[in-house]
Parts: sequence; C-alpha cells; structure tokens
Amino acid sequence: MKAILGEKLGMTQIFKEDLVIPVTVLKAGPCVVTQVKVSEKDGYEAVQLGYGDLKPDRVNQPMKGHFKKASCEPVRFLAEVPLSVADYRPGQKVKVDIFAEGDRADVSGVSKGKGFTGVVKRWGFAGGPASHGSRFHRAPGSIGACATPSRVFKGKKLPGRMGADNVTVQNLLVVGVDQKRGLLLLRGAVPGPRGSLLVIRESVKGGKKRSVKR
Amino acid sequence: MREIETIERSQLREDVTPFVPGDTVKVVIEIKETTGMGDKKTVRSRTQAFQGLVIRRQGSGARETFTVRKISFGVGVERTFPVHSPILKEITVVQEGDARRAKLYYIRKKVGKAARVRKKKLS
Repeated sequence: MKAILGEKLGMTQIFKEDLVIPVTVLKAGPCVVTQVKVSEKDGYEAVQLGYGDLKPDRVNQPMKGHFKKASCEPVRFLAEVPLSVADYRPGQKVKVDIFAEGDRADVSGVSKGKGFTGVVKRWGFAGGPASHGSRFHRAPGSIGACATPSRVFKGKKLPGRMGADNVTVQNLLVVGVDQKRGLLLLRGAVPGPRGSLLVIRESVKGGKKRSVKR
Repeated sequence: MREIETIERSQLREDVTPFVPGDTVKVVIEIKETTGMGDKKTVRSRTQAFQGLVIRRQGSGARETFTVRKISFGVGVERTFPVHSPILKEITVVQEGDARRAKLYYIRKKVGKAARVRKKKLS
C-alpha cells in the first residue's frame, strides 16, 4: 500500500499513440510524514501525512508542537492513511515517484456541493410532463400511504442537501508522472472542485499492470 | 492552471498546415489494424485519405478540432479530427475557399452547385 496527498488542478486531454485520453491533472505531494500511529500507543496503525504550504503565522501553538515532534515544516492539510507503519518515520518525505505510469490508483475527496436540491436532481426521479396542463413538474409526488402507517418511512428519498460527500473513485489508470513538477495524470475524473484536497492511494482492486493504451 | 497549459502545449504539433473553414483539404490518416489474438496478434498500419470541405474549426490549443464534409455516393459524410492528433499524417489544402463565415453549416442544406464555397481570388 502506498499513498500521497494532492490537489486537483483540472482536466485536459492528451494524445497517446492513436488515442485521445481524458486526464485529470493532480498536484501530488511533496508530502511529509507528520506522525506514525502504532498499536501499542494509539490502538491502531496508520501514517499521518501532511501536504500544502502554510504561512508560519497561521500555525497555532498546539499544531506547532505537533510539527516540531516530526521536525518538519508546518503544513496546511493532514490526513491519516492506513499504511504499513514499519516503512515510515516522522519527517520522511513522500513524493509522486511512488507511482509509475501504468499503475492503478484510488482517489478520495469531497465532491462538489450542490446545495439543497429537489428529488429529480438528487435521486433521479422522472418528474412530470412539462406542458399540456399537467400541473405536476418536479415535485416528489406521494411520499406514502394514509392512516396506515401514519408516518413517512425512514430513508424515503426526499429533497435535501446534495454533494459535498466523501467520494472515492477506484481503479484510475496512471497515464503520466511528472517528477520535476510533482504532477500526476490520471485517466478519468476525480471528485471535487479544482484545488480541493485529495488522497491518492494504490488501488485496492489492483488490477494487472497495463500499458496506458487499453 | 499553468501546469495544465504546459501539458497542453507539449501535446501540440508544430507541423500543422494552416487552413481555414471554406478550404478544401485532403487529410491523410494512419490507421492501425490488429488481427488475431494473443501471440498471433499483429499490428499493421495503412493510410486513408479523406478529402472534402472544412466546415468548422473549433476549440483551442491541443483540444482544437476541425470537421471535413464530403459527398460520398450521394450521401453527405462529415468527419471530425483533432488538429494536433498524431494519427494525421498529412493535411494538404487542395483549394482555398473564400467563406464569409466561420461555421459553414448552411452547406448541409444546399445541393449541387449551391453547396460550394467561392474560390479564393489571388490578390
């Protein structure tokens, strides 16, 4: 298992042999190991990674101490990943070169928030006819029966807040790695707006190492 | 954003023939064909030409595409190519046209003599 933190820069397309491949460009790392959690002390094993520049005056005293323990520069984002603890020490750097072209990666992030949305957008309800005097357009319709059961069932699909959820996209193909600029090119889309924090992990489904061309 | 621009710039081809909508162009593309499976798999490549009128050029940078229209056996055929695609072996301008608009969609509704673009006069 390997992992790195990064940020979404945006999407574009690249030519590979005779194919046009849609890619998401990520700025991945450099990350620093800020803490290694061990079973004896913390009850579980994980590695805490840090990413992103931070002005020194933005660091509060407790965090300053936390970074001092790892003897590293303060970073903006922290995230815990269940990595094999033995391979990591506090203060260690993690760079994009842990990934190579042809690898598969899972990417987690917070999806774009859609606000308070109706059932058509949120749950894919069909809605009613737009015209011909239908008087039923995008409303949810009936939400249950009458005296029995005298309530709305839990989990009923209703309007509400949509998006801004933790989303993981699995098995994205690594199309390119730019070590100099710390960029990672993945085939397909990743969650969230541009500039949002992402956790990029080695794919759990793995899959055979393949050439970029399918 | 600057990183994405750099990536797109690295995808650009420098040998793109200049042409505009209204021109008649001949596009030669390379097609890779695979036959057989596993060990018997062989890849052959051949070229194919597509000649017709450029009716649109759209997009910018590495994402720019153009559409060529021709009449094949009485049926209108349009094909869209990425300008910077590596499969394009050659683009030659057969005839320069003098079109007064950027998108020549009106050509689709025209038949015969009306479905032409004036030839560019040499100045």
